[in-house]
Amino acid sequence: MSTPDAVAGVLWLCATLYAVFGGADFGAGFWALFAGSGERGERARALVDWAIGPVWEANHVWLIFVLVVLWTAFSVAFSAIMSTLFIPLSLAVLGIVLRGSGFAFHKMARRLRNRQLAERIFGLSSLLTPFFMGTVVGAIASGRVPVGNAAGDAVTSWLNVPSLLTGALFVGTGAYLSAVFLVSDARRAGDPDLERYFSARALGAGLVTGAIALAGILVYRADARFIYDGLTGEGLPLVIVSAACGLGVLALLWRGELRGTRPLAVGAVAAVIWGWAAAQYPYLLPQTLEIEDGAAAEGTLTAVLIVFGIAVVMVLPALGFLYALAQRSMLDGEAEAASALPPAAGD
Amino acid sequence: MATGIPLLTDLTTLAASSQLTPARSQMAFTLGFHIILACLGVAFPAMMLIANYLGLRRNDADAMELARRWSKVTAVTFAVGAVTGTVLSFEFGLLWPEFTGRFGSVFGILFAIEGIFFFLEAIFIAIYIFGWKRLSGWAHFWTGVPVVIAGLGGAFSVVAANAWMNQPQGFTLGADGTVTDVEPLKVIFNPAVPYEVPHMILAAYLVTGFLVASVYAVGMLRGRRDRHHRLGLLIPLTVAAIATPIQFVVGDTATRAIADDQPVKFAAMECVQTTHRDVTEYLGGICTSDGVEGAIPIPGLNSFLVDYSTDTQVIGLDSVPPRDRPPANTLLHLAFDAMVGICVLLIGLGAWLGLAWWRRRDIPRSRWFLRATAVSGVASIVALECGWIVTEVGRQPWVVYEIMRTEDAVTGASGVWFTFSAALALYAALGVATVLILRTMARRWRAEGVGEADVPYGPGAPAPPPATPPADGGSR
Ligand code: HDD
Ligand code: HEM
Ligand code: HEM
Repeated sequence: MSTPDAVAGVLWLCATLYAVFGGADFGAGFWALFAGSGERGERARALVDWAIGPVWEANHVWLIFVLVVLWTAFSVAFSAIMSTLFIPLSLAVLGIVLRGSGFAFHKMARRLRNRQLAERIFGLSSLLTPFFMGTVVGAIASGRVPVGNAAGDAVTSWLNVPSLLTGALFVGTGAYLSAVFLVSDARRAGDPDLERYFSARALGAGLVTGAIALAGILVYRADARFIYDGLTGEGLPLVIVSAACGLGVLALLWRGELRGTRPLAVGAVAAVIWGWAAAQYPYLLPQTLEIEDGAAAEGTLTAVLIVFGIAVVMVLPALGFLYALAQRSMLDGEAEAASALPPAAGD
Repeated sequence: MATGIPLLTDLTTLAASSQLTPARSQMAFTLGFHIILACLGVAFPAMMLIANYLGLRRNDADAMELARRWSKVTAVTFAVGAVTGTVLSFEFGLLWPEFTGRFGSVFGILFAIEGIFFFLEAIFIAIYIFGWKRLSGWAHFWTGVPVVIAGLGGAFSVVAANAWMNQPQGFTLGADGTVTDVEPLKVIFNPAVPYEVPHMILAAYLVTGFLVASVYAVGMLRGRRDRHHRLGLLIPLTVAAIATPIQFVVGDTATRAIADDQPVKFAAMECVQTTHRDVTEYLGGICTSDGVEGAIPIPGLNSFLVDYSTDTQVIGLDSVPPRDRPPANTLLHLAFDAMVGICVLLIGLGAWLGLAWWRRRDIPRSRWFLRATAVSGVASIVALECGWIVTEVGRQPWVVYEIMRTEDAVTGASGVWFTFSAALALYAALGVATVLILRTMARRWRAEGVGEADVPYGPGAPAPPPATPPADGGSR
């Protein structure tokens, strides 16, 4: 494997982590938005709060890593993507600001009206942010981002069927992942009613997301044959793994069995992301820029790999410490200690 | 790519330049906002640990209470800092795709390092807040130390990237202007690092120190003169009072280095029109093409400041063609003077405290001292912003000093006026909300003490889970 390929692997790994952790986070916001105002909805929202409270920020650090690795190691692609897709990316940024501040402030707002406003903002931006990010990915995958400063079409590059479907796929995936996580969280919180509530939603979201994915494959067949060929060629084993994992989760949930649902759900998402990677290899921007050609100078790539190694060595133990600490006090049976557990992070 | 063909470059520049003004404004505004939160993120954990240390060492309940409150405030400002910081990361691509596309592989390494530090900072601040109830005293204290170190590391990485923009090195350009070779260590330890990084870190400590002290000073002016308030004023003010004189020395070093390395920036901030010796230093005033008007002149001082002799030659703006000179010289000049002036006043405030402490082991009794402290927070923020104006506007028209022009860096996408307006509105709301939330927290603490207060993240933050009897009896 060449150095550029290795760095592309790092980039993809960060993207996967963001899709899983960040995606589940967005999904949690999605469910909070549609939980309604009844007593049950209130409880569902409280569970969401509890689940993502400790981790919502750490989860999004992966996005920073994606951006930084992309601009450092593949600057040409970064510049092309950011300038052509200015509109959906700006909207995603708007979503990030609203989401972060909505979440940060909703608990501290004293007046009910302010709190509801903050919650609504949080929920809506949890829906819009992944949608626009999905359109960005769709635009890239379908080969609509040429190299250059705003060289692609500012509007049609992302406002087209494959991109919009990819946006919907992102929203669906997050909702699905987070519903699966929340089923387990509800069990841990000792709330069988919410367990059923989120089980039903996980099943529904799983089916809808699967349908969107299938539709997506057909649309790509008509629109971006290259990706379709990849997904049904080199990427096929991974696509099959993803489908199998997804079906496995549905079967387990159907039988009320929770053990294994979370790893399988994560597997379903991760496999499809790496299937996409296999499908578009060796391209960074399909059919216009290859990984080799878009890569930075050797010195930079080596530095990125070293920094990544240091990150693994330093960050993982620290994260482990945080989770371990949380687990321990959980076992001590302190009521509010439970809030420290980061379930959305797939502990 | 486009940079390869001169004619095309000219054309894109022409098309792109309509985005230049809003892009600069948006960058400046969002950076100027983020930097205030960044200062708190870098230095507040240190103040919190000092209070924590005093609390443990002297068994001081007031100090412990301060540490506990400050950790909650840090959680809020950290969250807003993270959101605004993420925006900045996007802006490197959204606003300056040509800059990042060409040089991302050079300065990007520093941001990759920054990522590690911020991740560690986020994790340990969560552990620290979480640990209040769950770790023993000193073990808990030590979980706060990585937060301070990570804050310093993060500040180093980002400011070193900015220093590289001022003093670029460590890369080779090919014939077509693309980067062909990078030496990361040379990029990281570029010549502007030794003064920019310490200057910024000191700025973070003194801004946070004066800002926090000013909050307690206002409280004391309103009659809350208990030990809690006095300690809350004393700890940060002492840190700031130590940092300020050092800042003066570092700033002076920076000025000398600028005169050497970026003479045009220096000429613009001192309004030196022509290269000559025995240059007069002007305090305040308006910069015109014939020199400074309406200022207090001090003959020879400028030359003396550059190299300890009134005979020193100072390079003037006429050393480069007009298109290579920075804009807004009056702004630069006044910003520089304001920064230095505020620094001197703040040193005075610190000395006042030091004197009273030396004589009576107490803070000065005068209400004027409290009034001065109350405005010192805002004053230090003004100095901070002025410093960045000097650095960034003074570097113009270059985004990478003498290598890439800002106008060649800007995005070709249209709509930046729109995003800039949105940023203005959004950040105004964000700023107001942050201040309101902090005030609500303070009021609540005053009423009922710090409980497991609701902070936006970090363990211990969320409301108790619906763990115990979920009211599902009825819904079954
Ligand atoms: C709270 C803040 C504060 C205070 C009291 C001072 N500074 Fe400052 N200054 C900054 C905060 C700052 C800053 C905002 O942090 C800057 C912007 C970039 C940097 O590295 O630091 C800065 C930049 C900056 C620069 C430009 C560096 C460059 O372009 O690379 C110079 C020449 C000085 N300062 C000089 C001084 C002097 C002579 C001071 C006092 C006598 C002084 N500063 C006090
Ligand atoms: C946080 C404190 C900072 C503030 C307040 C600040 C302020 C500014 C200002 C006022 C401008 C506009 C200059 C003009 O167009 O006349 C600007 C531009 C810019 N700054 Fe900074 N800056 C800060 C830190 C940084 C850092 C750490 C970096 C990067 C590593 C950076 C990168 C840039 C870039 C890329 C531009 C646009 C190009 C240019 O105008 O030169 N800034 N900043
Ligand atoms: C002198 C300039 C800067 C300093 C000292 C600084 C420092 C900090 C600090 C301490 C934080 C942690 C949050 C907090 O404590 O408030 C933070 C967050 C962040 N900053 Fe800045 N920053 C600076 C400029 C920039 C610039 C120019 C960028 C653009 C790339 C940036 C990107 C970020 C990002 C992405 C985060 C969020 C990290 C997270 O999610 O934890 N910062 N910054």
